[in-house]
Amino acid sequence: MAGEIYKKPITLAVMATVAILIGSIVTMAYPMLRADMHPKLETLKPFTPLQLAGRDIYQREGCVGCHTQTVRPLPSEVARYGDYSKAGEFAYDHPFLWGSKRTGPDLAREGGLRPDGWHYQHYANPQQLAPKSNMPSYAFLKGRPLDPAEVASHLNALGMVHPELKADPAAVKAALAGKDELDALVAYTQWLGHAVARRQGGTADINLENPLAHDVQAVVLGKKLFADKCAVCHGEEGQGTEGIAPSLVDDVFLGEKGDLPDGAYFAMIDGGSDAKPMAGRKGDPGGGMDAFGKTGQLKQDEIWSIISWLRNQKSHEAAEGHDVPPAGKK
Amino acid sequence: MNDYRYDNQTVQGFILSALVWGVVGILVGLLISIQLWAPAANFAPYLTYGRLRPVHTNGLAFGLGVGVIFGLNYYVVMRLCGRPLVFPKLARVQLWIFNVVIAAAAVSLLMGYTQSNEYAELEWPLDIGVVVLWVMFAVNVFATIIKRKYQQMYVSLWYIIATVIAIAVLYIVNNLSIPAGGMKSYHLFAGVNSANVEWWYGHNAVGFLFTTPFLAMYFYFLPKSLNLPLYSHRLSILAFWSLVFGYLWTGAHHLVYTPLPDWIQTLAIVFTLFLIAPSWGSVINGYYTVGADWSKMKTNYLTKFFVMAITFYGLQTVQGPTQGLRVVSQLIHYTDWVPGHVHMGTMGWVTLTACASIYYVIPKINGTAIFSEKIANLHFWLVMVGQLLFSVTMWITGIQQGAMWKATNADGTLKYTFVETLSKNYPYWHTRTLAGIIFTVGMLFFIYNVLMTIRQGRAKPASSAAA
Repeated sequence: MAGEIYKKPITLAVMATVAILIGSIVTMAYPMLRADMHPKLETLKPFTPLQLAGRDIYQREGCVGCHTQTVRPLPSEVARYGDYSKAGEFAYDHPFLWGSKRTGPDLAREGGLRPDGWHYQHYANPQQLAPKSNMPSYAFLKGRPLDPAEVASHLNALGMVHPELKADPAAVKAALAGKDELDALVAYTQWLGHAVARRQGGTADINLENPLAHDVQAVVLGKKLFADKCAVCHGEEGQGTEGIAPSLVDDVFLGEKGDLPDGAYFAMIDGGSDAKPMAGRKGDPGGGMDAFGKTGQLKQDEIWSIISWLRNQKSHEAAEGHDVPPAGKK
Repeated sequence: MNDYRYDNQTVQGFILSALVWGVVGILVGLLISIQLWAPAANFAPYLTYGRLRPVHTNGLAFGLGVGVIFGLNYYVVMRLCGRPLVFPKLARVQLWIFNVVIAAAAVSLLMGYTQSNEYAELEWPLDIGVVVLWVMFAVNVFATIIKRKYQQMYVSLWYIIATVIAIAVLYIVNNLSIPAGGMKSYHLFAGVNSANVEWWYGHNAVGFLFTTPFLAMYFYFLPKSLNLPLYSHRLSILAFWSLVFGYLWTGAHHLVYTPLPDWIQTLAIVFTLFLIAPSWGSVINGYYTVGADWSKMKTNYLTKFFVMAITFYGLQTVQGPTQGLRVVSQLIHYTDWVPGHVHMGTMGWVTLTACASIYYVIPKINGTAIFSEKIANLHFWLVMVGQLLFSVTMWITGIQQGAMWKATNADGTLKYTFVETLSKNYPYWHTRTLAGIIFTVGMLFFIYNVLMTIRQGRAKPASSAAA
């Protein structure tokens, strides 16, 4: 079995090369010839100059070291993040940024999930919105200028394989006018996952009555749930956070003066921003509230409990006349 | 003519350079382990976790790992070929270029120049530097093997030949990029294809940087330092060919449950399970070699290094394939379990093999004995405790994280928000830093021991060190 090849280095090297190449060809080179390795969803939009600049910053800062960008087809994962990732979403990703570690959450469905304002505050000071987060601050990106010539050369480099990305430097300059690195990063964040429909809030009857109204236990539970799920944007007392989410304890609801029945609150928490038309008001067009009920993050009883607490909080505010300052200005 | 002194200095130069980069890499590792639980320890823009992590991984894989490979594989090649390097000056130039490239790599990563592919972060000008270094290495290795004195090639030489070829193919293909500026490029491949090429590279960089060249060292330095014959050459042949054939199929086990076509994932999982066979072929060969005389455990301080190194190699190569299984992957993938796995391989198998080999080589080429066996023993235990505490802690937190991510109520709603799952990691991350400190102290004892041995050798009258 020893054989002569262990006396012939060239023969051994050739045989080792063949052994190495077989697996490489079958699993790496051959798949490249197949169409299923180059899919592209029709809904996938190429990067704008600002979005590509943002992606370059995402690469530069090593965000991929803590955040994945691929949702696995597992029930718990779909419940947490949204629809699982499709191969055709990544046609412009040179390289893929799926990552290998989730120190922070997956970002494949982050685009459109939250308003821009939330991201600006979160990038600047993550702990303000999520006190137990370990994400470093990226406040230094604010005010750092973008280089239009560089972004144009990056677009044109990618344009060699994706002609639709080719860009005229003057147009790039115009597109980036007045924007800084943080603007670019937020724009890229909002681009993520756009090619797949966001989970829909569906419909709800705004005339539903709260079965748990004035229930003391429900108020207590609602307070806890609000702190867990809602306070991150709407503030601990429901007073709102400037630039992110409106107050829930003043007399304005969905951008208009005057309250709405409990059913409208239920529709919003259950179905998220998609339920705004059902409530008959436009609200903030940039707002992006998640569908907490429809996505399984909150059960019906839990939503009603939050509403019971909110009602309690509202009457409390009205009676005491507290002037609660918006969160983040403490 | 048959003088090894010049080449020995080159070998020692590589070892010392590797140790310097090793210290840098380990200290950066300590800092980023602190950043995980103390976000205030990030100093933007240069010293954030995101920029430092690749400095840690590249510093240790390319600075420490490749430095040790260059130095010790040259040493092994010369001994097994019975002659000095064919191009000694080339190897010396390679040593200097190596240090320049690694230093430039570290600085460029801190500046944010990265291709974002794991273990292939370096931007294209540095990639060219790496390829030049590798070609220099290949030229010297092949020339020396071709002009060797002994006809028969020992198993270590096969592993070194396979390493030189495989790394060249992997590194060049995965670094094919679209240049977009002096320090910017985009992976030539996109999306799923990019992922598939990257993990074909990423997994096999582990295979052909942390496995084959270290097996070459292991099967040279183990019999040498214990003065025992290799248990089975036949087993070596089997293990070698099945390893170099089987490894390249397995990259996609890093992409289980991603949008990569299922058949590539499944094929990778199957071959990953197959790899247990060659890996344990080497494990058995290692154990039975020592098994010829277990009393060496008492009489030779290096025995325990070799026994534990191959033990961690054996554990690593069973844990890895287990992780590839879909049912396990869905629980532990993306969690801290994975760094726990990686660090058992690097802090266990690779570190112990490298240290034992260096403990053998440094006294040999300096014509002296080890400075202190006591310090070597202390080093061994600190490194062992540090590594085990690190890995076990990470496995526990990984399982906890994975379980919390998956936990749902009866109606399908999630039990925990992401931040809740994250906040449960903090005690484990504190422990990980502690483990890292213990490991680091152990490695500092090692370096002290090496430096004192060299000093001790210099104090003696120059002796012929041709071993």
